[in-house]
Amino acid sequence: MIRVEFLGPIQKNALEIEITNLKELAKILQEIPEMTEWLENSAVAVNDTIVISLDMELKNGDKISMLPPVCGG
Amino acid sequence: MLNIYDGALDVPKILKDWYKEESTSNYGAYIPFVGTVRDENGIDGLSFDIYEPILENWFNVWQAKAKAKGAIIKMAHARGDVLLHESSYISCVFSPKRRVALEFIDEFVEDFKASAPIWKYDLINGKRVYALDRSTAIKGSGILGVK
Repeated sequence: MIRVEFLGPIQKNALEIEITNLKELAKILQEIPEMTEWLENSAVAVNDTIVISLDMELKNGDKISMLPPVCGG
Repeated sequence: MLNIYDGALDVPKILKDWYKEESTSNYGAYIPFVGTVRDENGIDGLSFDIYEPILENWFNVWQAKAKAKGAIIKMAHARGDVLLHESSYISCVFSPKRRVALEFIDEFVEDFKASAPIWKYDLINGKRVYALDRSTAIKGSGILGVK
């Protein structure tokens, strides 16, 4: 099971899904209309490390976070 | 040192505490940056969400960069609401000589704005309004949207 968390202003509860890589996650999220804007401007972290490619296998218990545009300070 | 506080920062106390912590560490320069919420665009204040695990990782990378130059950094940020003229962010660099600290605080704060996982909201009539137009997409954003 993979947990997907949506951070900051993305008003969406976490998902628990059975996937084996990030490409599968992209496909699932692209089918959710309210996610369209966030998919285009959000970064992705796997186990709290930001990734820049979808070529990544996932294992049971991994945590994925979606990080929309930031503005600290 | 990275500290997250609920609500506005106590600027005099934090700056004084940091000074005391390093007063005998033989640093020649102490350069602080204090961010204050300005009265503009009709807001009542700002509000912040923070994702601490990635913020800590990000901060540790910068601390290692500072260490390589013989310097250290400290940072404090508010979580939740911060009203007008209060402070939401303080960071500083201590270094043996001023040039390193002056240059480092600039690089550090710029990357903080672009990369630190903190989300800002305007407080308007008691509601939080995400400040998307002032926010920056983290490097690598958008990969899940590619078809």
